[in-house]
Amino acid sequence: MTSLDLLQPGARARLVSIGGERAFRCRLMELGLLPGTAVRLVRKADLGGVLELEVRGCRLTVRHGEARALEVVPFEG
Amino acid sequence: MSAVPIPRIALAGNPNTGKTTLFNRLTGLSAKVGNYPGVTVERESGTLALARTGEVELSDVPGTYSLTARSAEEQIAISAICGLHPLERPDLVLLVVDATQLTRNLYLALQVIETDVPVVIALNMWDMLAGAGVEIDAAALARELGVPVVPISAQSGQGIDELRNALDRALAEPATARPGPRWVPSSRELRADIDAVSAALPKEWGVEETQRRDALALWALLSLDEGDELPQVPQSLRDVVLARRRAALAAGRELDSEIIRGRYEWIDARAPRFLRQLPSAKKSITDRVDRLLLHPVLGFAVFLLAMGLVFESLFSWADPAIGGIESAVGWFKELVLALLPQGLVAEFVGDALIEGVGSVIVFLPQILLLFLFIGVMEDSGYMARVAFLMDRLMKAIGLHGRAFVPMMSGFACAVPAILATRTMERQRDRMLTMMVVPLMTCSARLPVYSLLIAALFPPSEVLGFVPVQGLLMVAMYVFSTLIALAAAAVLGRTVLKGKSVPLLLEMPPYRMPDWKSVGASVWRKCRVFLTEAGTVILGCTVVMWALLSFPRDTQTQAEFDARIERVESEQAEGPARDELVAALRNEGAARALEHSFGGRIGKAVEPAIEPLGFDWKIGIGLLGAFAAREVFVSTMGVVYGMGGEVDEETVGLRSRIQQESRSDGRPVYTPLVGLALMVFFAIACQCMSTLAVVKRETQGWRWPTFLFVYTGALAWLLAFAVYQGGMALGLG
Repeated sequence: MTSLDLLQPGARARLVSIGGERAFRCRLMELGLLPGTAVRLVRKADLGGVLELEVRGCRLTVRHGEARALEVVPFEG
Repeated sequence: MSAVPIPRIALAGNPNTGKTTLFNRLTGLSAKVGNYPGVTVERESGTLALARTGEVELSDVPGTYSLTARSAEEQIAISAICGLHPLERPDLVLLVVDATQLTRNLYLALQVIETDVPVVIALNMWDMLAGAGVEIDAAALARELGVPVVPISAQSGQGIDELRNALDRALAEPATARPGPRWVPSSRELRADIDAVSAALPKEWGVEETQRRDALALWALLSLDEGDELPQVPQSLRDVVLARRRAALAAGRELDSEIIRGRYEWIDARAPRFLRQLPSAKKSITDRVDRLLLHPVLGFAVFLLAMGLVFESLFSWADPAIGGIESAVGWFKELVLALLPQGLVAEFVGDALIEGVGSVIVFLPQILLLFLFIGVMEDSGYMARVAFLMDRLMKAIGLHGRAFVPMMSGFACAVPAILATRTMERQRDRMLTMMVVPLMTCSARLPVYSLLIAALFPPSEVLGFVPVQGLLMVAMYVFSTLIALAAAAVLGRTVLKGKSVPLLLEMPPYRMPDWKSVGASVWRKCRVFLTEAGTVILGCTVVMWALLSFPRDTQTQAEFDARIERVESEQAEGPARDELVAALRNEGAARALEHSFGGRIGKAVEPAIEPLGFDWKIGIGLLGAFAAREVFVSTMGVVYGMGGEVDEETVGLRSRIQQESRSDGRPVYTPLVGLALMVFFAIACQCMSTLAVVKRETQGWRWPTFLFVYTGALAWLLAFAVYQGGMALGLG
C-alpha cells in the first residue's frame, strides 16, 4: 500500500481509500473515483505541483498534497 | 409576447461535453445573455422553433459533474433543473452527454432523472466513438434509462434534426420522458435517512411528489454540511442532515459513499448492455500532444509562446482597428458638426455623444481578439492545461491558475481582461482577479509615462550603457506587476478570504474548435459589453464633458472672441495671424476650463494632493484622465493653454511642463514630482470604463466602489511616500 503521489508516471493502481476533507472526497467519488476503482498516474507537472490521473477513461488533475491522501495498491507488472 | 408562457427547456451537462456548441447550434444568434439571480453567473438563453410545439426557450445551465452543491454558484444546477425559487421549473431538461466518457456522464444523468423532470439525452461526440475505442448501443441505453436518447454531433450537425423531433415529442407527451428513478436505495437504513430528511424539506421546494422529494432529500444529504455556503437552505434542514450523518457514522456507515457508490454500481452493472470497450492499443492524439504541451520545459516554452501571441495581438493587431475606429469617429464628428450651428448643441453632440460612443466601441477590437483566443483555448482543451501548468505559481499568490490569462491581458487593457475573468467558475476567484487586474500597466498609461519621462528625465545612461528613460519605463512595469501580486496576496487573505478548494480539473481531450460556435460566443460578448457596460461608459463621458464645460464664463469668453475678431480684422492673412488666433483660442480654452466645475474640483482637491507634490492643474488632469488615462495628456494641453490637439510627443508640451512654476517661482515639475505622479497613475483605478465593466460583471456598485477606493488610497499613500521620502532625502 502506498499513496498516489508516490506512483511513477505510467503506473496503474487500485484505489483503496480516500482521505482529506469531506467535500474533496465527495467530489472525487462523484467523478467516479471510488475505492476499488483502477487509476493510472499519467504524469506529474513539477512546475505546477499537479498530478494527472486517468480514471474511467477520463483525465483528472489533483494537487500533490491532496493526492497524498489517496491510498492505492499498485498493480504488478 | 403571447399570454401563454412558452415552454422552457434547460440545457444541462458535464463541462467539456460540447454543451455550448449545441446551444449555439440550436439557438443561433438569437441567444441573449442574462444573469442568474443572486450570483454573478451568466445565463444564456435563446429560442428555437419546433414543428409541433412552436417556439420554445432554451437556457443554458452551467456545466457540472453532479447536482451536488456547496456554493451559491453550484446550487444553480439543482435550482435550474428542479425550478427552486427564484428560478422557474423547466418543462424539459436536455442533457448533453459525452459519448466518449459515458459512465461518468451517466452519474449526472441519473441524478437529473431522479428529480422526475422530463429528460431528453443528446449523446454528443457520436462521431468520435471509433477514435475513443468504444461502441454504444443508443437504443439499449434509452431502454435502460427510460428516456429518449439521440446520438448527435453538435459540431458537424449530425443528428440535430432527430434531436429537435425528440424534444418536440417529449414536450408534447412528457410522460414518455419521465421514467421514475433508475437507482433506488435498497438499504433500509438509507431509506430511513431519506425519509427523515424529506420531512424537513421546506414546502416552497414543491415536495408533494414522492420522487421529487426523495431526489431533493438525496441532494441535501450530499450537499449540506457545516461548511457549505448555500443560501436559501433552512438551518433546520441542515441540522437534520448533520444529525443523520453523525448517527450513520457512529453506526459505521458513510452516507456519501453509500449514495454515490449506489449510483455508480447501477451504472457499472448495466454498462455491458449498451457499452463495449474495443481493444485499442494505439495512443490517442491527445496523449501525444500532451507529451509536448505538458512537458516540464517544452510545454512551458509553448505556453509562453502562446501567451506571447495573445499579448502581441492585443497590442499590435488591435492597433490598426483602434486607430481606424478613432479616425472614423473623428470623421463622423466633423461631418455632424458641419451640419449643426455652432454652439452648445453642437458641442454636446460632438464632444459628449459622438466621442462617448467612440470611447465605447474603441474597446471592441481588443475584446474581440481576446475572446477569440479564449474561445479557441477553451474549445480546444488547452485552457485546462494552462491551469495545470500555472497552478503552483498562481496559487502561491492566492489566485486561480486560470487567472493568468486575464492578468496578462491587463497589460493591454483592463476592460477585456475583466470580461475574461468569466473563465473562472468560483465567484471569489473571479472577484479577486477583477480587483487586481486594473493594477497591471495597461497601454493607456504609456502616453502619460512617456510624456513625464521625456519631459523630466533627460536622456542619459546609468552604468555607462543603460538608458535612464528606458529603465524607468521598465521599472514602472515591474513596479505595477509587483503591486498587483502583493494586492492579490493581501486581498486574498483578507477581504476575499476563501477556503482553498481542492483542484479537481478535467483534462479534456484536444478537439478542433468549432468556429461558428466560438464566433457566436464572441458576438454575444461584444453585444453585452456594448449594451450594458457601454451605456455606463457613455453616461460617464457625458458627465465628464459637463464637468469640464460648465459653468460657462460668458464674459471672459466674449472678451476672447472680441480679441480674436480684432486680430482677424486688423492683421493681414498669413501664418503669423493664424498663430496669434490659435494662441488666443487656446488661452480662452484654458480659462474656460479653469472656470468649469472640473477646474473648481481641481482647486478644491489641491490641499489633498499637495502633499504628493501636485498642484490644482495636475488635479484637473487627474480628473480628465478618468475618461481614459491617456486623456491626461490632452487635458494638460488645454490646461496649459496649448489646446487639446497635443500628444506625448509634442515638444511644446514637454517644455511647457519643464517651465511650469509655482507662485514662489519654484518649478512645479521636478523629477520627484514626475515619479510620484507616475506611481499615482500606476495604482489608482481612475478609469471609468474599468469601473463600468466591474459594475456590470459584479451586478452592483459595491465592488467598483471598493476597487476605486482601495486603489485610490493606496496610490495616494505610495505617491506620498515617494514625494515626501524623496524630499526628506533632499531629492526635491
